[in-house]
This record gives sequence, C-alpha cells and structure tokens, in this order.
Amino acid sequence: MQRRDFVKMLFAVSALALVPVRAFAAMWNVNAFESTKLNSALNGLGITEIKASKQITIIAPDKAENGAVVQIEVRSEIANTESLAILVENNPTPLIAHFVFSEGADAYIVTRIKMAETSDVQAIVKVGNQYFSAKKRVEVLENGCG
Amino acid sequence: MADTMKMRARLKDGVTEVKVLIGHPMETGRRKNDFGDVIPANFIQLVSASLNGKPVLDAQWGTGISKNPYLTFHLNNAKVGDIVQVNWTDNQGKTGAGEIAVTAA
Repeated sequence: MQRRDFVKMLFAVSALALVPVRAFAAMWNVNAFESTKLNSALNGLGITEIKASKQITIIAPDKAENGAVVQIEVRSEIANTESLAILVENNPTPLIAHFVFSEGADAYIVTRIKMAETSDVQAIVKVGNQYFSAKKRVEVLENGCG
Repeated sequence: MADTMKMRARLKDGVTEVKVLIGHPMETGRRKNDFGDVIPANFIQLVSASLNGKPVLDAQWGTGISKNPYLTFHLNNAKVGDIVQVNWTDNQGKTGAGEIAVTAA
C-alpha cells in the first residue's frame, strides 16, 4: 500500500469512528439539563409560553419520606401529545427528564425521581407548537440529593 | 444490581404496559465519599425504546432520576409476541440493552 492511500484510509477510519460518538453527544441537551434555574432549563428546551391544563395528571405522594426516591406518574389526555418534560423547581438542576413519544406509545410515564427539598413537580407537554403544564406539590421530609 | 436490566411487557385491554428496571448508580457528581472526595458524575443520559425495531419512546435523563432507574410506559398497538427493546447510554459512554417479548396479562 502506498503511503498516500494509507493516510486516506486512516482519515476514513477515524472519521467513521467519530461520527456515532458525536451524534450521541449532540442528542443530550446539555444546556437544559445543566441549568440551575427553572427558567433557563425551560429556555434550553425551547419552551416559552405555557398554559395550565387539567388534562395532564400527576400522581405523586403529598409527602415523601425519602427524597432520594419519589415515584411519580404523569399522564397527558391531550390528543397528539408529542413530548413530556419533568421538572422539579427546587432541585440543584431542575430538569429531571424529557420524553419524546412516537407513534405507538401513549403519553404516559411512571418513574422515580430525586427531590432535594419540598417543591412543585411540574410536567410540561408539547402539542404542536403549544406547551401545556400541570404541577403537584410534594413535601420532602428527608432530602435525597446529597 | 450493577449491569442488570429487568423488563416486563404485559398486554391487557389493548394496552401493553412495559416496566423497566436498570441497575445504575445515577451519581450526580455532587456527592462526596467518606474521605471528602467528590464522586464523579455517572448517570444515564439517553434511553430509547423500540417495538419490533421501530422507535416508540426516546428519553433524555438528567441526574434527577433515582438510583437504579425505574420506568413504566404504555404501548397501544403491540401484540403478544412482539419484541420491546430498550437501550441506554450514560455520560461515561457506557451502554446497556434489554429486550422482552410481550405477554398476555
């Protein structure tokens, strides 16, 4: 093999190796997840105007004994709900998770989250170009963020 | 619990309930060990689920998801025998995957 070809091959291989890593890194919304304020997290997600909706239900305990594990259930009854963001305003980084639903999945999630202190848990869903939200207050007796 | 994944997918009244439990420390990067050293952040960032290879759910997680993450989601067009797959990637580049066939409840 000539040196020129070898160098070309080297470039090709390294380019291939880099692509998937970059694709993954680009997918995680660093700005939103590393925001320490609710508003900047919302900005990072591109969420501006939010309307309250009774068609979103959050099931979570009124009082959580242990903030390290708080089970929450969120359901959106709004047709064509595309995505769901879960935020805890008083956490060091308020954005907990962001889910995107494709065809075949209902707008329904149950998960367990960490809560540093008593706070509202907010669920924000995207429907077309609009955002709707619901809140649920959870009193935390022992914090779970250490 | 490390490196383990438990899954269940049960079809009842047209809805398939998928439950996923992933063994993962979900370290925030803010915790300190007994010697006062910061424990490096180690948490799952990306989770994706597919039904028979077709994407149904894509999630991004922050450090606020509890240790050994638990997730339930609902599928509305799955049949018994269909395959539900879940893949995850953490901030250190580690990945995990699991799959389960849909069963009747």
